[in-house]
Order: sequence, then structure tokens, then C-alpha cells
Amino acid sequence: MSKYQSWGNIPVSHHSIIQPAWRNLNIEFNETGAGYLPYGLGRSYGDSCLNDGGVLFVTSSLDHFIQFDSNTGIIRCEAGVTLAEILDLVVPQGWFLPVTPGTKFVTVGGAIANDVHGKNHHSAGTFGCHVTEFELLRSSGERIICTTEKNTEFYKATIGGLGLTGLIISAEIQLKKIPGPKVISETIAFANLAEFFSLSDESDDKWEYTVSWIDCLATGASLGRGLFMRGQHTDQDTTPCKEKRTVSVPMNLPNVLLNKHTINAFNKLYFYKNQKKVNQNIGCYEPFFYPLDGICHWNRMYGKRGFYQYQCVVPLDDGAYITEQLLSTISKSKMGSFLSVLKKFGDVESPGMMSFPRKGVTLALDFANQGSKTLQLMDELDRIVVEASGAVYPAKDARMSAQSFQHYYPQWQTFSEYIDPKFSSSFWCRVTAAD
Amino acid sequence: MIIGATSAIAQEVARQYASPGCQLFLVARDESKLDIVKADLLSRGAGNVATACMDFSVASDFNTVLDNANAFLGSIDTVLIAYGTLPDQVACAESSDETLKALNLNLVSVISVLTVLGNYFEKQQSGTIAVISSVAGDRGRQSNYVYGAAKGGLSIFLQGLRNRLATKGVNVLTIKPGFVDTPMTKAFDKGPLWASPKTVAKSIVKAIEKNKDTLYVPWFWFWIMLIIKFIPEKIFKRMSL
Repeated sequence: MSKYQSWGNIPVSHHSIIQPAWRNLNIEFNETGAGYLPYGLGRSYGDSCLNDGGVLFVTSSLDHFIQFDSNTGIIRCEAGVTLAEILDLVVPQGWFLPVTPGTKFVTVGGAIANDVHGKNHHSAGTFGCHVTEFELLRSSGERIICTTEKNTEFYKATIGGLGLTGLIISAEIQLKKIPGPKVISETIAFANLAEFFSLSDESDDKWEYTVSWIDCLATGASLGRGLFMRGQHTDQDTTPCKEKRTVSVPMNLPNVLLNKHTINAFNKLYFYKNQKKVNQNIGCYEPFFYPLDGICHWNRMYGKRGFYQYQCVVPLDDGAYITEQLLSTISKSKMGSFLSVLKKFGDVESPGMMSFPRKGVTLALDFANQGSKTLQLMDELDRIVVEASGAVYPAKDARMSAQSFQHYYPQWQTFSEYIDPKFSSSFWCRVTAAD
Repeated sequence: MIIGATSAIAQEVARQYASPGCQLFLVARDESKLDIVKADLLSRGAGNVATACMDFSVASDFNTVLDNANAFLGSIDTVLIAYGTLPDQVACAESSDETLKALNLNLVSVISVLTVLGNYFEKQQSGTIAVISSVAGDRGRQSNYVYGAAKGGLSIFLQGLRNRLATKGVNVLTIKPGFVDTPMTKAFDKGPLWASPKTVAKSIVKAIEKNKDTLYVPWFWFWIMLIIKFIPEKIFKRMSL
């Protein structure tokens, strides 16, 4: 199997590879078939980073920094630079990513193309909100410099544009000043969704980062129980962080290891272990932001058949009711996951035309691939989200119907005017296919 | 001083050294690529970086480049030679011009650079000369014996140079990488034996610090090549390697 797959390992795809190594060199766009798509580190879960039968621009060699000004916190780098590399460079100098997703193993280009979000969405918005400039290479050979003032249509279309508007060559990001590498955090157990919402309301003003883990298999009176985590950068301990050893899942594990019993047991244990009311901690930023990055290839836990992610956002007004509906649908199906995450998005608007994050409540879960019954469950979730006028996150999707997608993103046709004529993706073919 | 500084492995080695106390002098053929690498290293915190262009496929004046490097750095404590190409074995088998071109770049030009550097370091009585050779030079195989001959010749030359300079306080390091995932090897399917340039670079820096003589990188190539070298020629010549 080719190493260029997506994180969920669904669907298996085949590509030819172009690996540009120098940002100044021109690229010939001779392919006439399935077209081109940029590929960073393949951390998108579904098929938005795949282009079956086509060409992938693997950006791992576009990994040069261009300039870092430690006075202003403005960093310029090529699109294949990873967030991990940026952190290694800037954290010791008192800077941090303005927004970071739950893994640092993504590229700058991928972070822009998916307009990623993090635990501070309620205060900082998406990654795209902090991208001050980028250079976009179109298949015509044209290089477009996009900013909030220059070529704004391409700026907006490319942020959250799923790599379809061209190849992002380089970008400029405004970093955030931090007092030190440590984060002060609290973990608070909540018994139900009402408690989650009141914790959110109380914390979002005072805490920069908030997120919750939720026990998606709990039923009845325990439905919606979980752990609320909040944190912020602190100057209480400014000693540098030590490099931690990582472990790796060496191969795909047998599918039987993850079943409803093991997942249920894990969720129960995890909840009860942390149930002590308030758990305060000061530690390095890494385990707080990137708990799973310590385990390389954790996706192999799901075995060869892979897994699906499902992340949706629903409006805040009936947020509690709809979230409850979603959770009870999942717990009834008994197809839960370890990593169910709940968070309230804020109202900072993203410049991205197709961005997923918007004001509301977002729920993210992963499901081991058990074939049609997993797909049916997610279709059922889609019905709830469509009805609620919510949306599902393309970066995590491998299965939503064209109809659902077009419902979630009614602006998709306007967006498609900015797609490069020689670019495409498996995802885009799927969600724009006529019925 | 890094010669062939725009190669993937050389770039990663330079990044390992990119700290405020470190001065780097980079030599490569393409000026625009050198500028990209220079900006990258300065962003990563390198103290100071200077560059010089030189094309190793044609006879050039390395003495002037060395003088410039020496003037910029004050004195050169470590030099890494990292340039080379992976010639197409089939094309080489068909054409002696292709073969000579490959031998010239991967062997003859490196030896000519090393001759100048050897004298410089001998006079200086300290420092490290690190050169990227290859496991391909350990035994000739039908799939890439022109490259193998160049790297094998280079390894032998380095042995002799090491012997000559050992008593002069100068260390000579022969680096023998196995499969490394770089633009030079983009045509290959990558399996579990492949290493990233960053992993290789970390080992090179460590080997330079420890004054090692030969470095197989990743380490398991020492054992792979040991086995390969021990296969009797009667059997080896019939194998498709």
C-alpha cells in the first residue's frame, strides 16, 4: 500500500507523486486525468487529502523557514513546514501558534487549507484568522500573493479551500506571545450536558483554552457526562520543557481489540479516574495540546479496516437539545469511541469562504469501521445535523452524501469558481457528484 | 563548511547546527537554492551564514572558495561534503560518456576537493573532514555498480586520508547512508528500511562529535552490509541485487 493515505485509512487510494523541493522553481502541470492535489502529512481523516488516480503534490520538502522576527512574532515559511517545527523554533523565544489543532503533525499548508481550529476557538477563531499572507501557485504558472487586502477572493477561497484553489507555496503567520512554555490547566467532571454548558459559559471568558471529553456510551441519567478541561499559558514555571520520548504503534492491530466492551470499559475508567471534582495541574504545553502525539501512528489501533471521524457543529440556540439527540443516537448504536470531544465554538468569524467552524456546539467522535452499520449511524447523525442547520467537517469526512454536503455548504458553487481547473480531490468529486 | 549544501541530508545537518554560536559557510551549484537554505538557517537561529556557488561537474577553482570560507569563518573546524548524483545504471551501461560523467562528479571531483582540504587541515592540525559515501560502495551490484564504484573508490581514498591525518589531529569520517528518502531517490518505492534525512543528519552530527571513523546510518546497515560482504562471490554473482 502506498504511504500516501489519509489518517483514517479510508478509502485506500493510488496516486503518482510530485515532491517539489524548492519554492522558486516552476512546476509543469502536464497531467490531464484526475488532476492535482496538495498533500501535507495526511492527517485529514477521510478523502479530502486524497485524489485517487491523480497526482499528489507532497509538500514535505517545502520545509524551509523564510523569516522569523522574534520581536513581532511574525513568521514566514514554506507550506510544508509542520506546526511541530514552528513550535520547536518559537516556544523557547516566547511565542506560540495563535491557533493549534489537536496534533502538531500537520503542515502550515494543511492548516490553511482546512482552516483548522483548536481549544481557543471561542477567543481566537480559526487558524486562517491569523494568516496574514500566502503565495498560491496556480496551474497556469501564475503565483498569486493573497492577503486580507490583496486578491481577497483567492485569500478567502483558499482558507478552508481544501487544497483545491492551487498549491500554497508559503505563508506568513502572526504568532501569539506567551509568558513561558507551561500551561496551567484544570479538569472538572460534569454529570450531564446541562453541567457542560454552564461550565462552558463560566469558563470561556476566563480561560483561553477549553475542551471536553465526553463518554459517548453513557446512557440514561449519565448521558452527556464527561470531563471539562480548561487551561491557559502561565508564567508560574518558565523552565524549558524536556524532549519527551514517543512510542509508536508498530503495525495495524487486529480489529477485535476495539469493540464495544473495551471502549465502554475505557470510557468508564477514564471518567472515574478523573472524577475528583477539580484537578489542577501546571505542565508542559505538549500533553495539554497534543495528548495523542506521544503515540505515533495511533490510527493503527483501529486495524487495517481503518476508522471514520465524525465532527459536526450545530447552532447554539438548541445546542443542548440537538447534542443530546446526537449522543443518544450514538449510545443506542453502541458504536462509541474513545475520543469524543465536545466544545463550544465562539463567534469570531473566519475569513475562509468554506470554513467549517462557526458559532455553535461542536461534537467530534471516531468510529471503528464496521461497514454498513457504521455508515448508517453517521447517515442518521447527518439527518439530525441537516435538520438543525449545522455542518459536518470535510477534513474528517469520508462518507457524507453530496446532498448533505451541499446543504451544509450552500456556498459551494460560488467557491467552485476559484478552484484551479487542474485541481481536484476524491472528496470534491464525491460531494459534488450529481445524484 | 558544507559542500553540496542544498542536498537534503546536508540541509538537515546544517539545521542541527543552526544555533547562535554557529557560523556556516555553504557551497553549492545553484545560487537561488543557496539563498533559500541560507534564509532557512538564519530563521532557525544560525549565528551567521555565507554562501558560495561552485559547479562540481566542471573543473573549478576550489582554492578560491576555500580561501573565502576561511576568511569568513576564521578557521574551519568541520567540513561536510554532501554532493553527488544517483546515476541511471542502465544509461551508464550503454554509454561510457554517462559512466565517466557519474564517476567524475561522484569520485574525481570529490577527490580533487579533498586533496585541497586535506592539506588545509593537515596544516591546521585539527578539525574534522566528514564525507558522504554510501553503502553502495561496499560491494558492486548489477543495479548500481557505477555509483557503487564511485562511492567505493571514495571510501578507499578516505581510508588513506584518515591514515595520513590521524597523527595530525585531524579526523576523517566516512558516512555510509543506506536508503534515505530524498529528492535523489524519489523514483523508488519506500519500504521500512528507508530513513528520513533528519534521522540521518542527527547520526552524522553525533558521529562528528565523537570523532568516529566510519558511520553506517541508520545503524542496521552495518549488519546488512556485513552479511552482504560475506556472501561468496560464486553465489553473489548469480543473485539479482
